[in-house]
Order: sequence, then structure tokens, then C-alpha cells
Amino acid sequence: MIFAIILLPLFSFLVISFVLRPFFNNRPQLSAYTTICAIVGSLILSIWALISVSGAENHVLTSTSYQWLAIGDTVINIGITMDSLAAIMVVTVSTISLLVQIYSIGYMKGDGGFARYFAFMSLFTASMLGLVLADNLLFLFLFWEGVGLCSYLLIGFWFHKPEAARAAMKAFVVTRLGDFGFLVAIIFLYVKTGTFDIGELHELALAGVLGGSTLTLAAIGIFSGAVGKSGQFPLHTWLPDAMEGPTPVSALIHAATMVTAGVYLVARMFPMIASSETAITVVAIIGGFTAIFAATMGLVATDIKRVLAYSTISQLGYMMLGLGAVGIGYASGHLDGHHALTLGVAVAIFHLFTHAFFKSLLFLGSGSTSHATGTFDMRKMGGLRKVQPWTYVTFVIGSLSLAGIWPLAGFWSKEGILHEAHAYTPVLFWLAIITVFMTAFYMFRVVFLTFHGEYRGGKEGSHSHGLHESPKIIIIPLVILAIFAVIAGWLPVGDFLGADVNFSFFGALTSWLAWVSLSLGIAGILLAYIIYGRKLLSAKSIGQSLGPVYTLLIRKYFFDELYERFFVMRFLVDGIFAAFQWVDTYIVDGSVNGIATITVAGGKVMRKLETGQLQVYGLAIFIGILAIVAFLLIFS
Amino acid sequence: MAVGLEHFLILSAVLFAIGLYGVLAKRNALVILMSIEIMLTAVNITMVAFSRYSHVISGQVFVIFIMVVAAAEAAVGLALIIAIYRSRKTVDAEKFDLMKW
Amino acid sequence: MGLDIAFWVLAVVSVGAALAVVLMRDIFRAALFLVLCFFTVAGIYITLSADFLAGAQVLIYVGAIGVLIIFAIMLTRESRRGSPSGRLRLPALLIGLLFLVTMVFVVVSTDWHVIAELPTEPTTTAIAQALFSGEDGFVLAFEIAAALLLAAIIGAIVLVREK
Repeated sequence: MIFAIILLPLFSFLVISFVLRPFFNNRPQLSAYTTICAIVGSLILSIWALISVSGAENHVLTSTSYQWLAIGDTVINIGITMDSLAAIMVVTVSTISLLVQIYSIGYMKGDGGFARYFAFMSLFTASMLGLVLADNLLFLFLFWEGVGLCSYLLIGFWFHKPEAARAAMKAFVVTRLGDFGFLVAIIFLYVKTGTFDIGELHELALAGVLGGSTLTLAAIGIFSGAVGKSGQFPLHTWLPDAMEGPTPVSALIHAATMVTAGVYLVARMFPMIASSETAITVVAIIGGFTAIFAATMGLVATDIKRVLAYSTISQLGYMMLGLGAVGIGYASGHLDGHHALTLGVAVAIFHLFTHAFFKSLLFLGSGSTSHATGTFDMRKMGGLRKVQPWTYVTFVIGSLSLAGIWPLAGFWSKEGILHEAHAYTPVLFWLAIITVFMTAFYMFRVVFLTFHGEYRGGKEGSHSHGLHESPKIIIIPLVILAIFAVIAGWLPVGDFLGADVNFSFFGALTSWLAWVSLSLGIAGILLAYIIYGRKLLSAKSIGQSLGPVYTLLIRKYFFDELYERFFVMRFLVDGIFAAFQWVDTYIVDGSVNGIATITVAGGKVMRKLETGQLQVYGLAIFIGILAIVAFLLIFS
Repeated sequence: MAVGLEHFLILSAVLFAIGLYGVLAKRNALVILMSIEIMLTAVNITMVAFSRYSHVISGQVFVIFIMVVAAAEAAVGLALIIAIYRSRKTVDAEKFDLMKW
Repeated sequence: MGLDIAFWVLAVVSVGAALAVVLMRDIFRAALFLVLCFFTVAGIYITLSADFLAGAQVLIYVGAIGVLIIFAIMLTRESRRGSPSGRLRLPALLIGLLFLVTMVFVVVSTDWHVIAELPTEPTTTAIAQALFSGEDGFVLAFEIAAALLLAAIIGAIVLVREK
């Protein structure tokens, strides 16, 4: 049954690719319905699994695994882990995916690649669900790469646009860097322990059999995969560019199927990674740094989707920080074993869960504004509050939730992370608390620029039909997501994941930490209101007065330039590629040409022997006979 | 010393070696053909000698077949030499370079 | 004893004739020495009690092949150029001698199991029986030999025919 969660969308992909697209291409709606039916099926099964898990012993459903490969003594199984972590993830993924698909019917209407779009979306969802459910690292890696492939296909969905093609390539190559470390870690672990099974690896790590530098290297390798997928520093550059894909794809990538895979991986491998203090410290530092680093870039971006992308990177940094902080607490002995391991997973996955709803809401909302104006550039929007009331309201709810305003979903999950960060990583906590302010500011900068003030023109684009509210099929998912963006924080996700969370609706307001973050969030909103709502302060003059800092932010800390100019041009092109070229020219070609030259030269010599004269041949025959006879006489 | 099998075999070997020398060393295609006939005859002597000294008649039957093949070979070989002579006005084996590319 | 003397005489003559074939400068005389060589070989056959083969040797080699070669010499008019040696004379000599030495060594060093008595029966009947008897016979080979001769005749005619 649990396999069906993966197989349904996969089956939908196959049906669309091999039946609907070739034979029913004149009725593209069919593929949308196929996808939605499959995902509804997955969602129902996921909820069933969630309920079963909550009733099961230890919150784990056991299921049989099937043999996939047997190479000598090595047997690799296809197996499923259905525990509380996986159950939460599959429900989140299938819910978000379903709403995004419904939204896509409206958003992608009339696109030439409608069927192709839904085929890829099905495969994308199937890969992510498989990734979540896989019980061994090799099987997980298979889906991991499947997710990477689908993101490539969907970011480059409008491949006729050169930017989209380039962005897809960039996403693929940059994540590949992290995946390389992940793959090396998998192989390394297998060589050291002889197993791919995640549960066994955890037992070995917790028992101390797997430890020392082996564990640290493997954990960092796995984390590097997560860094690539989750767009953490320093592999964050692909995520803002990934906005070239259709907006629902961005929503799916950011909320459910792609970037969360990294956080999920760290959560899944948490007992192992947390067993190495070095590795978990790296996780915490990268997470904390990424959170503030990405937020600063979000302050100045003018493309609405790019702001949201930086926000995603920043929020994923939070999740990594949550895992890392608890992990440090565990590794340094402040927290006892089982409690710490579940707590870390709980705070991070809780934030992942709430973030999935409000971030997909924000993306879909931005798509809705673009549906009206034909652009994503906030400088050309404005005043949409009046024409798109539904979009406006839902977008504000999403922004408030992201800014962490009580009592919306983002507040609860962010509080959890800040609390743990404060307890175990004080320095990173201060970075995170500054980030709260920035988050509120840049989100409401978006709100004021997009929905308030006067309309600044927009752009005649493919989706522009004049200013109007989006159709119902777009609005309904927004409303559903907005409801979740409010209530998702009230759901007992943390308890379900095994951590003891004292949920108290008003009690949360008694801690000083909540007041600090809340007041910082409100301060951010107010500042945005002053600058962009009331225009009491000129954004331009602030930008000019900050001069170099502003340039640094708007140019994204020159990371693209650094990677492009230094790594790609100097290191790769001038260094490695030049070396390859040298090897290719002089060694590969050289050996081939050398063999050819030797053959030709040899032929020139040998042809002298071929005189064409019978008697020479006869002589050779008899020399041969004599040689054979001599051989027989001597050696017999 | 009474004449025995060895004598015939050595006689055969001598004739064969002479024929071999002729085949390899002479330039005239006709002489080469004659030398080949000497070699075949030498082989025949061996066959007959073994037949005589083992009282097995098959050796002589083989000699008959070798004679048949030798006759056919002589006929075709001479026809070839005449044909080549017609086109090239020579039977010098060193000037036959048709097999050279 | 008489056979021994006959062998030595015939052997010396045949070797001498063969040498004359390969050494003579006059091609026509070489052909005649070849005929002499064939005759002596027929004599050798007689010393080996192969009466039928001796007859066949005279008929086929002396009668057919010898005459054919002489005809060919006359047709190609090569006799005036003689029978010169080619560039490979020395290598050929070396190989020939090496070959001879090897053969003699093998012949001498091998312990032959021989039946010294002369066969008493004439061979003609025996050969006929071997050729034509149903079992362990050479009927098929005989027929193929006939076909080979026919092919050789036709081939020779086709090759030599004036265009």
C-alpha cells in the first residue's frame, strides 16, 4: 500500500508520456486530470499512513522490502520507511503538490507544453515521495537524482528562452557538486560498514562503532548533498535563477519537492550526523550564516520571485540551524540521547511543514499577480490591492506567517528554532534574530510595492489580459493554502514527531524570546511601511547613502561573478579543461595518431617485402617449413 | 650395405631439394614448371618406397592420384605460361609482378 | 645384388639428370634431361617392385608431360634466352641444402620398421582392387580425379584460346 504512494504519480507520468501525449494531444486537460487523480490518491494514502503511524507502536509501520539487485554477496533492497517523519513529509508533499497542480490548470492554460508539464510534475512528485520513503541510501539517492532531473526539466520548461535553459543548467550543475559529495559519502559508508540501510547506519553511529573521522567525513559528505539541494551557502546561486521556470514549479520546488529534500536528508540522517560534533557544527554554522546571508540579498531584489527565493534560502537556513543547534546540544552532552534526536528533527521539520504552506502560498500569489500584470518586476506593479483582493489578502496572510507574527503558523515553528538556537548556539542565535527583522522587512516591502500605491504599468506579456482578478482555479488553492498558513502552527506536528512540545495558544506570549522576535518582526513591517507604504523615507536615497553595501547586495555579493570568473573561467576552463585538452591533443589523439603513423610507416616498410614475386613467397614458405621442422626436432 | 628404405628416401630428398632449388632460383617459368615436376616425382618415390617396404598398396594408389594432379597441373600451368607470354612477351618470373599492389 | 646395382646406377643418373635440368643454360636440353630423369625414376619404381606405376610414369610423365613441356618451349620461343638464374640463387641454394640436410637427418635418425622381403604379387590387380573396391576404396576420389582432369582440359583450352 505504501508503495502506491510513490507508484501512483509515477504511473501518471508513464500514462501521460506514453499514452496521453502521443495519442490525445488535442485534449491536454486529460493529463492534468490524470496527474491530479494520481496525487489525490497519494494524498489519501498518505493521510491513511499518517493515521496508521500515529496508532502504531514506536510510530513506525513496518513493511516488506524487495530485493532490487544482488551483486555477489551484496544485496540491495527496495524498502520503505514509514515513520512519523516520513508520514509528515508525504502528507506535506502530496498536499502542496495537489494544490499546485490544481493551480497549474489555470496558470498553464493554453501553454503548448501542457501535457509535458504535467508529466514532469508527476515525476517530480513521485521522485520526492520516493526520496522521503526510501529506507536505504542508495535507493534514496536514486530518487534524489530523480528530483534533480525533474527540477532541471521544469526550470528549463520554457527551454526556448535562453535564460531558462541557462538557469536549468546552472541548477543541475550546482546541485551536482553537492550530490557528488553525497555519493562519495554513500560509497564511503558502504565500504566502511557494508550497509546502505539508514536504520543500521544510525545504530552503528549511536553505538559508537561508526565514529571518528570516518563518521565526520561521511556526515559532511551527506550534508554537502543537502547543501546543494537546499541552496545553502555556498551553493545557493542556483535557486534565485531557478525562477525562470513556470511559477507553480517554483512553488513546488520551494515548498515541497526540491529544496526541502536537503533538510529532510539531514533530518533523516540526524542521529548519524549529530553523532559527529564537527559535522553538526558545520550544519549549524552553514544554516545560521545562510539564513542572514540570503535575507540581506532579499532586501534589495526587485523581482518578486527572487525575493521569495532568497527568503526560501534563508528559511532553509533556519531549518538547518534548528537541526544543528539541537545537534550541538546533543553532541556536547547538554541534551540526553533520544530526546535530543527527536527534538532536532521536530523543530526543523515543523518549520519545514509550516514553511511549505506559506511559501507555496506566496509563490502562487506572486504567480497570480504576474497573471494580471505580465511581469514579476515589482517596480512595474503597484496598486493591485484593488483589482486582486483575494490575492492581496492571501498574500498578506502568507507574509505575516513568514514574518513570524503571532498566532500564524510561521510564529510557532520559528519560535521553536530560535529557542533551540538560543540555548545551544548563542552567536548564531543573534544572527537568526536579526534575520527575523530582515524577513519581515523584505516581505512587506514586497507587499507594499506590489499591492499598494499606484499601478506602474506592468508589461504586455503572455499572461496579460488587462488588470483583473485571477480565475477561481487559481484563487481556490490560494485560499486553502492561506488557511493552512494560519492554522498549520497549531497542529501537533512536534508531538507527533516525538518531541514534547508544550503548545499553549496564549502561553507562548509569556516568554521574552517571543516578544523580542515579535517586536522585531513588527518593527520590520513598520519600517517597510514607512519606506514603501508612506514613502516617508526614500528607498533611493537610503540605497545611495549605503553605496557600496547596496551594490554588494544587489550584485548578490558577487558570488555569480566569483564562480563564473574564478572557478569556471580560471579554474575549470584555464586549468582543468586546458589540461584535459592537452591530454586529449597530445596523449589521446597523440596515441591514436601515433598508432596510425606507426602503421603507415610499418606498412611502407612491409610492402617492400610484398614484391609480388612468386619465388620470394615460395622462399618464405620453405623458410617457415624449416622453422617448424627445426622447432619440432629440437623440442620433441 | 644393402639398399634399403633410407636410400630411396634420401634419393627422394636429393631430387626434391634439386627441384626446390630450381623452383626458387630459376627465372624461366618453364624451367620452374619442370622443377615442380621433379619435386612431385621425388614425392612419388617416397610414396612408392614406403608402399614397397610396408606392403601397403595405398601408397601406390596415392601416386596415381598425384600423377593425375601433376598432369592437370602441367596442362593448366603451361596454358597459363603461354597466355602470359602472349600478353607480356616474356616468361621471366621476375617480371611477373601482377601480385604486387 | 642386381637390384642394388640397378638402384645405384639409376639414382646417380636421375640425380645427374635433375641437376642438369636446373643447371643447364639451354632450356631445350634441360627439357630433354627432364625426360631422362623421368625415365630413370620409372626404373627406380621397378626396383621397388611397382611395375604398374613404372608403366604409368613412362606414359604420363615421359609421354604426356615431357611432350607438353617441349611444345610449350617451342610455342614461347624462349629458348634463345636460355635459362638464367634469378636474384634468389644463393638463398635458394641455402634453403635447398638446409632442407636436404634436415630430410637426411630425419631419415637417418628415424628407426624405420620395414618388411625387407619383396612383394611377390604383381601390383596391377592390387591397385585396381584398392581403387575400385566398394569398402575402403578410392572410387569417389577416382571420380573426382576424372572431373579434375576434365576441368583442367577445359581450363587449359580456355586459357590458351585466341581471343
